[in-house]
Amino acid sequence: MSELINKSALELAAGLKAGEFSSVAVTQAHLDRIHATEADFGSFITVTDELALETAKSVDAKRSAGEEVHALAGVPVALKDLIVTEGVATTAASKMLENWVPPYESTVHNKVKAAGLPVLGKTNLDEFAMGSTTEHSAFGITRNPWNLEHVPGGSSGGAAAALAGFQAPLSVGTDTGGSVRQPAAFTGTVGVKPTYGSISRFGIIAMASSLDQVGPMGRNVADAAALHELLAGHDPLDSTSLPDPVAGFVSAAQTSNLGGKKLGVIKQLRGEGYQDGVRDVFSTALDVAAAAGAEIVEVDCPSISYALDAYYLLMPSEVSSNLARYDGMRYGLRVEPESGPVTAETVMAATRAAGFGDEVKRRIILGTYALSAGYYDAYYGSAQKIRTLVQNDFTKAFESCDVLVSPTAPTTALKFGAEAASDPMALYLGDVATIPANLAGIPGLSLPAGLADGLPVGFQILAPARQDVKMYEVAGPLEAALEASGTRVLDTLAEGLTTK
Amino acid sequence: MTESSAITPEQVEHLASLSRIAMGEDELKSLAGDLSTILSNVARVNEVAGDDVPATSHPIALSNVLRPDVVGETLTNEQALASAPASADEKFLVPQILGEE
Repeated sequence: MSELINKSALELAAGLKAGEFSSVAVTQAHLDRIHATEADFGSFITVTDELALETAKSVDAKRSAGEEVHALAGVPVALKDLIVTEGVATTAASKMLENWVPPYESTVHNKVKAAGLPVLGKTNLDEFAMGSTTEHSAFGITRNPWNLEHVPGGSSGGAAAALAGFQAPLSVGTDTGGSVRQPAAFTGTVGVKPTYGSISRFGIIAMASSLDQVGPMGRNVADAAALHELLAGHDPLDSTSLPDPVAGFVSAAQTSNLGGKKLGVIKQLRGEGYQDGVRDVFSTALDVAAAAGAEIVEVDCPSISYALDAYYLLMPSEVSSNLARYDGMRYGLRVEPESGPVTAETVMAATRAAGFGDEVKRRIILGTYALSAGYYDAYYGSAQKIRTLVQNDFTKAFESCDVLVSPTAPTTALKFGAEAASDPMALYLGDVATIPANLAGIPGLSLPAGLADGLPVGFQILAPARQDVKMYEVAGPLEAALEASGTRVLDTLAEGLTTK
Repeated sequence: MTESSAITPEQVEHLASLSRIAMGEDELKSLAGDLSTILSNVARVNEVAGDDVPATSHPIALSNVLRPDVVGETLTNEQALASAPASADEKFLVPQILGEE
């Protein structure tokens, strides 16, 4: 294994700045790693070798010429294939968009390009980001680098596997109900869901617009914070984009003092239904935090018990509306019916039958039901009220602590095929700890806290809306305290990989 | 609520038609089962919040988000049609849309 792929993004940035190695060398090392391991991991839908090396060369030339470049210039990144890239196929892991080459650019990719980060490729996901295992991709599964028999989580499973498999030092995912934090937890990496509106959604293929948020991912907190700083900021092309200043995420993540920080353990999200090993790792991490000077308090968020229910009405409702655009007329797949008249109506129905996978159809139908006359108030309307209650609970909870904490997911990475096909609710329950943050719009982060039966366990930190910096102020020193206590989760994996 | 949340294949057929998704008998049946399960689990949402609780549609309220009323860049006709399944005379070519029920 090349030394270059073992380095963190900020280490690579420092080395590039000091002229210790070139971006071409760094980028090539990661591309080599991708080609050597893709048969095992399946993290990518598209690998963009030429594009990445072109960017790397251009950054190297600029640095040689003494031009001012972005701090992360030359550090490679992988983008979830839900992020529109002009001129590069963007599929959302759906047959519907299998051959779509976008004619416009997302703000995320624009920022990545402007800063000079070579894009290694587009990572795998559950179709249209619907799922939590990456098994629902139309283009094959992604495997967890920790154990190939286990899922990497989802929907940003490819993004997380690329990090854990040392194929990329940085990844950009998206999080609608936990799709960045849960795969980060399952792969021993760091995943951030910023405050709703922190990062522009322009050019992010929409799933549930009031819940979707772009998520920076890395192998440590400071790397993810650096990517967050790069991607965040007001964008006039997204009417929900926040006009807040972006600064201090990295420096907050690099602070080392947990002293006096109040961590609120959410009563409703510890214990019941959680895997024993997850509970143990979480408790140990709390002990480590306390030993490092943090104060641990318990907080009550009763409405969180209803968050999952509200989410599984609101999300499909927005999905049913957002995915109406795939009608086989202007772009994407078009399929004609095998028999009967060929009209716009029958072509739409045949196209959507052939283009969407089962989980996508399930959510469209559920959303259509929840929005139907006669059911709207009881389902969609009530779910929107629960959203208010969850927000109120969080506001109250933050009066007595700086951040809220919980295990990120009730279990470690599931085995393939563990999904109970007969009970869709069983898998949905895996999102119980991550969904509340999306409903309330508050920022959340998952960092690795240890191993249970050889698989990583994630520790979730939630902060008040528009105060993402508070989450980094705890995550950074907690990561350092955990490492000092002997918990260096990814090192375990890196050691295993070097012997391969 | 629980009783009314048992979904029949006929109801799914109607929803599928509203959603413009062609579905076979097996799919309708299996989705009816899935939907019944999901809805019986989430139906309790209407037991929680009273009339006094306002609804939240967006997590961070921003209002009157406007940009200056100036013409910006748009896609060219050619770019817009480049990904179309079919086009003719610089327009999208679509199946028959008139004369349907």
